[in-house]
Amino acid sequence: MPRLPLEIFLRGSSTPEPFALEERHRVFACDRKAFARGVRAGMAVAAALALAPALRIAPRDPATETEALLGVAGWAAQFTPGVALEFPDGVLLEVSSSLKLFGGLESLLERLRRGLAEMGWSSVLAGAPTPRAAFWLARAGKQEFIGESAELEPALAALPLEVLRCSDETLAAFEAIGVRTLGELRALPREGVARRFGQRLLDDSDRALGRLPDPRNFFVPPARFGAAIELPAEVTQAEALLFAARRLIVQLAGYLAARSGGVQRFVLRLGHRDKAPTEIAIGLVVPSRDAEHFTLLVRERLSNLELAAPVRELALKADDVVPLPGSNLGLALEQGKPPGQWEHLVERLRARLGTEAVCGIASRAEHRPERAGVIADAGQKRLQLDFGERPFWLLESPRPLAEIGAVPHHDGPLELLVGPERIESGWWDGDDVARDYFVARMQNEALVWIYREWRGEGGWYLHGVFA
Amino acid sequence: MASMPISFAALLDRPDIWRGDSLSRTGAPTLPCGFPGLDAGLPGGGWPAGALTEILLAHEGIGELRLLGPALAGLSRRGLRLVWIAPPHLPYAPALAAAGIELANLVIVRTASPKETLWATEQALASNACGAVLAWPQGAKYAELRRLQIAAEGGRAPAFLFRVPEAASESSPAPLRIALATSDGGLAVRVLKRRGAPLAQPILLPSMPPAARGKTHHVDRHPVASVAARDFSARLVHA
Repeated sequence: MPRLPLEIFLRGSSTPEPFALEERHRVFACDRKAFARGVRAGMAVAAALALAPALRIAPRDPATETEALLGVAGWAAQFTPGVALEFPDGVLLEVSSSLKLFGGLESLLERLRRGLAEMGWSSVLAGAPTPRAAFWLARAGKQEFIGESAELEPALAALPLEVLRCSDETLAAFEAIGVRTLGELRALPREGVARRFGQRLLDDSDRALGRLPDPRNFFVPPARFGAAIELPAEVTQAEALLFAARRLIVQLAGYLAARSGGVQRFVLRLGHRDKAPTEIAIGLVVPSRDAEHFTLLVRERLSNLELAAPVRELALKADDVVPLPGSNLGLALEQGKPPGQWEHLVERLRARLGTEAVCGIASRAEHRPERAGVIADAGQKRLQLDFGERPFWLLESPRPLAEIGAVPHHDGPLELLVGPERIESGWWDGDDVARDYFVARMQNEALVWIYREWRGEGGWYLHGVFA
Repeated sequence: MASMPISFAALLDRPDIWRGDSLSRTGAPTLPCGFPGLDAGLPGGGWPAGALTEILLAHEGIGELRLLGPALAGLSRRGLRLVWIAPPHLPYAPALAAAGIELANLVIVRTASPKETLWATEQALASNACGAVLAWPQGAKYAELRRLQIAAEGGRAPAFLFRVPEAASESSPAPLRIALATSDGGLAVRVLKRRGAPLAQPILLPSMPPAARGKTHHVDRHPVASVAARDFSARLVHA
């Protein structure tokens, strides 16, 4: 990932100004806008500023680079268990055993390329029988895939010496004797090279060719997921936040796939300059690792959000990873739309309307009507009694009715059809009722459920509607 | 070349040919509504799945939910979710259970504005994860209803929108629109719009008032401090 040091700053949002990274007062890397103004890597910062006065300069951040590289490794572990890190900007994947699973090399590369781009990384992908050769090809910017060990030597011979990551003095010394490529280096007498430049160069090139063993420590994904993006320009719009959040979500989905797991809850934290961070917790009905679904939920939440302050940083955390096996595609070819996931619908509705907005109802073994039907968690099951006639609609609170000449009125006199049904209950919790319920007909022939109160002031009340 | 004799009727017996004198056979799936008289009047013999059905009510309490009861009960017993969006009151669990609806499959969505109601309805229809969607939108415009109809198309869920009778004068993309009114204690279903020939006469359904079941009384009276003596002819169910 040749532009990783730069992209940790730029993948969250673009800046209107040209942007450059500095290391020891020299430009380490710059974006396209700065490049167009003549800024080049290696240039003194003062010179760069003279060329582009609006240039935004940030110091290089090796700690964040390492974190980003670990994040990419965690995401890439979904393709193979053999992932190794090549600091500071390379990730090695042992893919020979994964090719069949992912439909061949081309299809695997396509997935890698697309995923990396979705996370905001530009990449150079290369492959070879040895990890070091693959890495050197990639570092030289050659998107080549070498299948046979025999083809390795000619391919590596053409690589420039810079891929060795040796010091500037060494490079200058080789330059002075006219050696620019690996092939030319290997043509020199070995003892002389070892004496003058150290054994390491020769050993490394032997490892790249597979003549020396090159053991690697495989990367182990961490138990918890956490990733962050620093935003170069403060963001005030939810839509722009979603763009940055999407990069983290793709990484989360890859990490979860690598662990054959899913999450039921994740937290998006928006960091502000002066205020405490805003935390958005997103809960799911069932564990999932679907990036599209996560994005939808985050979109709903962000669209409802009033930003307390401009956002400087975006972090995504998921602590509890639960096992979630992969799914097989069904064989059934049904007509029409495929049935959607019920849990996804509930989560989407809750994300926008609030958790309490989506609920079920349950029937309880209770005679008092207002307690017999209760709001419950969707899908809860309860006991029920055998009641008399009950209306489909119950008023949230009983509405007093006028009584004219001993007849209750609701838009005209009510005609009592069925009743009374005496309900007297609840002495044990101080909320006791004593009521006579009737089914009554209104003048417009609607049927309602009313009662006469025996306690307190008495009177008639409307309590339900037979819809 | 001798041509095969094909009867004219057989030639016309195709779902994509619409004949003005009969109900269209859209081939679209329907859900029997449980009232044979009404099923006969609806294209395909029931509530259309994957389409809007508008139910225009003069006023609530005339049996609008009892009309849907058998269909909803059947769906819920098959494990399909019934989603009620922005109902005007609390759906009362004991009554719904008595109508045969599995409460575990009933989900209520409460919204804060008409806009949220339309949004939630569209989500529910588009997800195709529901057995039936019932919604009580307020003042929906044609373009908004059109969005709902598009979201419902191709899905398996019938979608019922409860609207005011004044909506009858507005045009609507819903393929089925019915108006409910009471008539001699029964329910008169006027089909305002359906696929196929219009229906001039309302369909009368037998009265579905709450049956006069035994005058059960539920009295849990305090064992010691009994309420003041009144002439209760109450039967003690629980002591």
